[in-house]
Amino acid sequence: MGANLDFMRKFDYMKRALKVYMEKPELAALVLLVGLIILFQYLSDGVFLNANNLRGILGILPEIGLMVIGVTILMIAGEFDLSVGSVFALMPMTMAVLMADGTPFFFAFVAGMAFALLIGFVNGYLTVKFAIPSFITTLGMLFIARSLTIVISGGFPPLLPNDLPNWLFTVFVGPGHLFRMSFIWFVLIGVAASLMMSRTNFGNWIKATGGFLPAADAMGIPTARVKIAAFMLCSVLAGFAGMLQVLRLGSPLPSIGEGWELQAVAAAVIGGTALNGGVGAVIGGVIGAILIRVIDNGLVLSQVDSNWFKFAIGFLTIFAVVANSWLRKRAKSMKVET
Amino acid sequence: MIAPIISIRNMHKWYSGVHALRGVSLDINPNEALGLIGDNGAGKSTLINILSGAQTADEGEIEIDGALVNIRNPRDAMDLGIETIYQYNSMVPTMSIARNMFIGREPLKVSLFGIGIMDQQKMRDDSVKAIADVNLHLRSPDALVGELSGGQRQGVAIARAMHFRSRLMILDEPTNHLSVKETAKVIGFVQSLKNQNVTSIFISHNMHHVFECCDRVVAMARGKIVLDKRIEDTSIEEVHEVL
Ligand SMILES: Nc1ncnc2c1ncn2[C@@H]1O[C@H](COP(=O)(O)OP(=O)(O)OP(=O)(O)O)[C@@H](O)[C@H]1O
Ligand SMILES: [Mg+2]
Repeated sequence: MGANLDFMRKFDYMKRALKVYMEKPELAALVLLVGLIILFQYLSDGVFLNANNLRGILGILPEIGLMVIGVTILMIAGEFDLSVGSVFALMPMTMAVLMADGTPFFFAFVAGMAFALLIGFVNGYLTVKFAIPSFITTLGMLFIARSLTIVISGGFPPLLPNDLPNWLFTVFVGPGHLFRMSFIWFVLIGVAASLMMSRTNFGNWIKATGGFLPAADAMGIPTARVKIAAFMLCSVLAGFAGMLQVLRLGSPLPSIGEGWELQAVAAAVIGGTALNGGVGAVIGGVIGAILIRVIDNGLVLSQVDSNWFKFAIGFLTIFAVVANSWLRKRAKSMKVET
Repeated sequence: MIAPIISIRNMHKWYSGVHALRGVSLDINPNEALGLIGDNGAGKSTLINILSGAQTADEGEIEIDGALVNIRNPRDAMDLGIETIYQYNSMVPTMSIARNMFIGREPLKVSLFGIGIMDQQKMRDDSVKAIADVNLHLRSPDALVGELSGGQRQGVAIARAMHFRSRLMILDEPTNHLSVKETAKVIGFVQSLKNQNVTSIFISHNMHHVFECCDRVVAMARGKIVLDKRIEDTSIEEVHEVL
């Protein structure tokens, strides 16, 4: 009898833990990721996880990943940014043009970051002040920022100087030189962003603002400022990511980041971020970003026609959302007390 | 004669063309449960929204403990000890109970310019205690508010207001959209406020609830106060008549 009770208690405990995990919105993406890695490893005859290929994946990952972190946080705050792909190109182009004029890297960097922050501020200010859907303001900014990138480049990209601090951003480091410095930046910023969302009062305000705006207002949260700050963070991360890509490629192409704004939204959604705000986690977005890189790379290695890439992203986006809502429903119907 | 906690003097509010408050003056005494009633559109919400900082008056003054105050936003009101439980829910459904309890007033371990690391253990412990203090039984402070029933949510909102030891608690139709059973629960909370001598304003369309929960009844019609009596000096019939 006693042993039986003990068993029941353990079983209950396990069920409760399962329920908690099933309710985590990033779970579906994580399961998919592991599944796909195994699949690609098999399809590519073991090439997928070898050092050379990992180097390739981990080299681009920080660029989309940093953008996704910003987009995820902004979506949790209840807003959208479609201009990140353009800011991704504009920020490094600003730097390149300034450096071509003889500005030292550091000052060009500060100017580029300031420009990205300004764009984020304009996006946020217009959205909040005039109560326009951010879909509209940032759609406009998508065109404006892309156009500015091409205009300031003068038609063809300026040459980058030779004395760039590549040791800080692009050199290979780590065991077996598996990743670049950019990956370290990505991890540091990812951890900081994640802690900000889960541990700080500012993270609490972001969730409240996106979760239910009237309640956040009634509790005295400066929701307008919270939203504008989230826009600025999103924009500055996109700009920084763009600079990482330009330093990796060695040339500021005006077309980089095209279409990435939608990939970033897809990654956030795959990672469990709700479209209408309030729900989501930085780690989910990061998993979504990894998934996208893994699919892109895995399809190539498996010698699948690369035109299937967008199909896969689209399919995954829908699939992850459906799987999440199914999991949550199952979790809700589990009869355990929490 | 006791001095009032809050005095409202000659309050006016216009909404483009609607004169919603037409010179309202009201004294709220310490430890008094005041029932505010009136027809739809009488101006009850407008009056208390001004007290809670959700709106600003066009004319008029508010005194707290005899000193003139300026309430420009919800934060000002909260800092002055005015807590409001709104007609719609003042909780974020996608967040946990513990986090909801402290939105905008999170206890911080370290901070810089008001931004810092939350003391989540304290948030959990304090919410458990606050919820127990209003005799609400919830299992975990980590449960999402969205999973609670309407009555439980209002219970948490009341626990939150009590936790911050408000000088004045305002409840604007806290039983709206609730079932009979859930309404009974919330009315229970409000009655216990009266027993604990919390100063409160309770807005309701249900005369019986007001007579059950309050010491004094104030009736509004078309932006003015038309009746102001102690419960024992009036009756449901009399209040009905003036409305
Ligand atoms: N934001 C607003 N904009 C314009 N008019 C408003 C606004 N809020 C209230 N009013 C008007 O002001 C008057 C008073 O409204 P108020 O909400 O204060 O009434 P109430 O007594 O709370 O009514 P109810 O019992 O329906 O909640 C009404 O005529 C209403 O239409
Ligand atoms: Mg009202």
